[in-house]
Amino acid sequence: MTAPALELSGLRKSFGATQIIRGVDLAIPKGERHAVIGPNGAGKSTLFHLISGRYQPSAGSVRLRGEDITGMAPQLINRRGLSRSFQVTNIFPRLSVWENVRCATLWAMGYKYSFWRNIERLADARQRTEQILGEINLLDRWKVPAGVLTYAEQRALEIGLTIAGNADVLLLDEPTAGMSHAETELVVALIRKVSENRTLLMIEHDMSVVFGLADRISVLVYGELLATDTPERVKANAAVQQAYLGLEVS
Amino acid sequence: MKNFLSTFGVWIVAAIVAACLPQLFGSGLALTSMSLMGMMIIFSLSYNMLLGQTGLLSFGHAVFFGLGGFFCVHAMNDVAAGKLPVPLIVVPLAGAAAGLVFGALLGWVSTRRGGTAFSMITLGIGELVASSALILRHFFGGEEGVTTNRTDLAPLFGLNFGPQLQVYYLIAAWCLVSVAAMYALTRTPFGRICNAVRDNPERAAFIGYDPQAVRFLSFTLSGLFAGIAGALAAINFEIMNAGQLGAAQSGAVILMVFIGGVGTFAGPIIGAILVTYLQVALSDVTDAWQLYFGLLFIGMVMFVPEGIAGLLLRQQPLLRERQLHRVVPFYALALLAGLVTIAGLSLAIEMANRLTAHAGDGPKMAFLHVPLNATSVLPWAIAAVLLVGGGWLFLRAARASRNAYDTALAASLAAALAHRSNA
Amino acid sequence: MLEILFISTLNGVLYGMLLFLMASGLTVIFSMMGVLNFAHASFYMLGAFFGFEISRRIGFWPGLVVAPLLVGAIGMAIERYGLRRVHRHGHVAELLFTFGLTFVIQEGVEMVWGKLPVDYRVPPSLDFPAFTAFSTNYPAFKMFELLTAIAIFAVLLLVVRRTRIGLIVQAALTHPGMVGMLGHNVDRIFMLVFGVGAGLAAVAGVIAGPALVTQSNMAGLLGPILFVVVVVGGLGSLGGAFLASLLIGLLQTFAVASNASLAGLLGPLSPSAKQQVFLADIWNVTVAQVAPILPYLLLVLILIFRPRGLMGRRES
Repeated sequence: MTAPALELSGLRKSFGATQIIRGVDLAIPKGERHAVIGPNGAGKSTLFHLISGRYQPSAGSVRLRGEDITGMAPQLINRRGLSRSFQVTNIFPRLSVWENVRCATLWAMGYKYSFWRNIERLADARQRTEQILGEINLLDRWKVPAGVLTYAEQRALEIGLTIAGNADVLLLDEPTAGMSHAETELVVALIRKVSENRTLLMIEHDMSVVFGLADRISVLVYGELLATDTPERVKANAAVQQAYLGLEVS
Repeated sequence: MKNFLSTFGVWIVAAIVAACLPQLFGSGLALTSMSLMGMMIIFSLSYNMLLGQTGLLSFGHAVFFGLGGFFCVHAMNDVAAGKLPVPLIVVPLAGAAAGLVFGALLGWVSTRRGGTAFSMITLGIGELVASSALILRHFFGGEEGVTTNRTDLAPLFGLNFGPQLQVYYLIAAWCLVSVAAMYALTRTPFGRICNAVRDNPERAAFIGYDPQAVRFLSFTLSGLFAGIAGALAAINFEIMNAGQLGAAQSGAVILMVFIGGVGTFAGPIIGAILVTYLQVALSDVTDAWQLYFGLLFIGMVMFVPEGIAGLLLRQQPLLRERQLHRVVPFYALALLAGLVTIAGLSLAIEMANRLTAHAGDGPKMAFLHVPLNATSVLPWAIAAVLLVGGGWLFLRAARASRNAYDTALAASLAAALAHRSNA
Repeated sequence: MLEILFISTLNGVLYGMLLFLMASGLTVIFSMMGVLNFAHASFYMLGAFFGFEISRRIGFWPGLVVAPLLVGAIGMAIERYGLRRVHRHGHVAELLFTFGLTFVIQEGVEMVWGKLPVDYRVPPSLDFPAFTAFSTNYPAFKMFELLTAIAIFAVLLLVVRRTRIGLIVQAALTHPGMVGMLGHNVDRIFMLVFGVGAGLAAVAGVIAGPALVTQSNMAGLLGPILFVVVVVGGLGSLGGAFLASLLIGLLQTFAVASNASLAGLLGPLSPSAKQQVFLADIWNVTVAQVAPILPYLLLVLILIFRPRGLMGRRES
């Protein structure tokens, strides 16, 4: 039996006296698309911050493919193959779209801090960057500084940065937030494509996206997991309906 | 061949220009100024590796310039004393090594944090080194400094580097090599990641890079090049004193880089040449020249934060689409108004200077060869009118220029789109 | 020995209070506006020179009131017409703007008053020994400086605790970045806070000028120490700034009063004269000579062992 791609056990986080995450246990097998839903303020983003190394957990552990990554620095976690996106767009505004994506490919390609290679001669980084830009539909905007892209384009770039390093565990924090219906459909198709053969954990508010994409769903309410199950059974779960879906769907 | 030229063409041209400059400007003053410019170009570019490339505002960069210089002076003296067969032309390597080692040492302390904290730490460390230099008299020579004689070293191909012309060529060669190296550095994976850390250190961590490590490497390498610049200064002046690693020198490099423009590779080069030129020219004319520099600097921060190079770069799309004529009249007007303002300001400054610092010389003076009396009302009134009127006109012209630029830019973009759809 | 201890403690506390008079303004400005005011020590210098100019024409006491008001007004003008304009270009531009100001102010002062120290005297009404401790006469003027500093803090504390602006300042200290949401007259509050900060620095200048040397390099000497205080105390922490001010005040005062050296301490262990060409400097230097670099050494140590500063909560 192989270890789960991502395993949280007894994860807790408090800020001062307030507990935001109150003991989360969750195991996500390799290749699963998993969605975390829950009302605003439930601690979904905090949970992502704990997994990805932005915050130190107060207690509990995070395991990536069985390896303990609790409290590691973000870059160390990223190098082990876990990559995340942000709810509030978090890109390199003065770099061009091309440079944004290329920077995100470099570490995984082994170029690290190399200061003796001409970056323009790195054919593999160029191909990978082109491929990513194709996938996120930004090929014809490659020259533009990322800071002047439209909102939807920046969201796409955000996903591009997340997948460029070829990580096999992806964390996407509200990838479709603030998008129009048509834009959302494009992003869903993109996520479906890039998460093939990978493990995906995403926070999402749009229920049609969640039920269309996720293999399993976890419901987070006040820092605790209320349920973790297949979409159908979560939909049917009375506690979930009461705590969350009832408010959102109606 | 074409490929070769597009890669190396600029450098070949730069080398030819550097080689020919002494033919055009052969006077002693010109040679000294150009030597000074050469080392300041290296120093400024090394500073921009921090500020422009990595987003680190250091207030203590002269530490590496100065230490590079002191190690170079001692290396020269040791080589001369030991009659070692080391030619002068490789001695700047001693400065480079000193810059590198101290860059790593002090970088370890200062790059633990970015942003404002980094700035303050570099300021503190700069002061620490500068004050220590006054205590460690054997190495730094106290107030007087340490002297050397570049002609004591073994000559190379019959060159003893006594004449300024030979020193100029030595500096020009090192300048060219350093500039090329620093340019190459911006085009490496490391260089790009520096930019990423500048833009968004947090996100850089989430794509696998340790922002602190990037800052550290950038700081160390920039120390290396500052060390080379300092070594060239030591060779040029044949003396190093503690002032060279102090706050004034650190301030000077900030001035050059910012006035030239932090956003482009060429900016600091422009800044180094212009500021050095102004220093040489102004310090001859007025003893309040540092005040003018301060005002120029503040003016740039307020009105042209992208620097001269940034300002020029912004005109590029207009030039390409032949829309420059839409903005030039406004620029000319703003320039004229700016000159009037400066004239009023400097008249006031010069008169005030005469009445305070030079009160002993009496109130009769000349401004731009016009004789006047600094205690009479008329010149002060003229100064006030020029200053206020010019300033008012300048602000209006600047606003009009911005509007004209925006219209012209929109027109350029439209023209560019039209070209593309035609093609 | 006890005498040195007593006098040095008193002098150290005094120096610390003067530092805090400036560091407090710097901290509040930094917390509210996110601007590290490089020119803060320049306001201190302006205060000293204005105080000198007024005291030789009218008298010390009018100077004590008018000079800080003048400097405060200059500070407000700088905030209103300079800093606010630069604000949209970001923090680096703001820092560089205040950095440029230090240049201009220093050059301006040098132009008007020259580079040599000016003769800024203790007012005759305070030119007598306050008390005699052991065999040393402690000057009344220094007691006056100390009391003035303490009185100002009492008033400030009252203002911060009891007024609306005080509440906003408190909010800014605990939640930087939130001040912008407090309403439309934030601009005026910023201007006021900047002006008051400049004025406080000027008070320090007026009262420190006669006791120390009033010279055009005084801002350059003190400015970096002020930053050390703010970093060592912890960016944005008033309590930390207070602690660090006193710490550095005492540290420097005691160092100056001491004449120990490594050579003196380790006497017989000293390396022989031959092998110590470079070591000799370190060996023979007295603690008093090292006094100017002690704050910076402290800074480096703090950064290595406690990067957040003594009482800082935020990383950056």
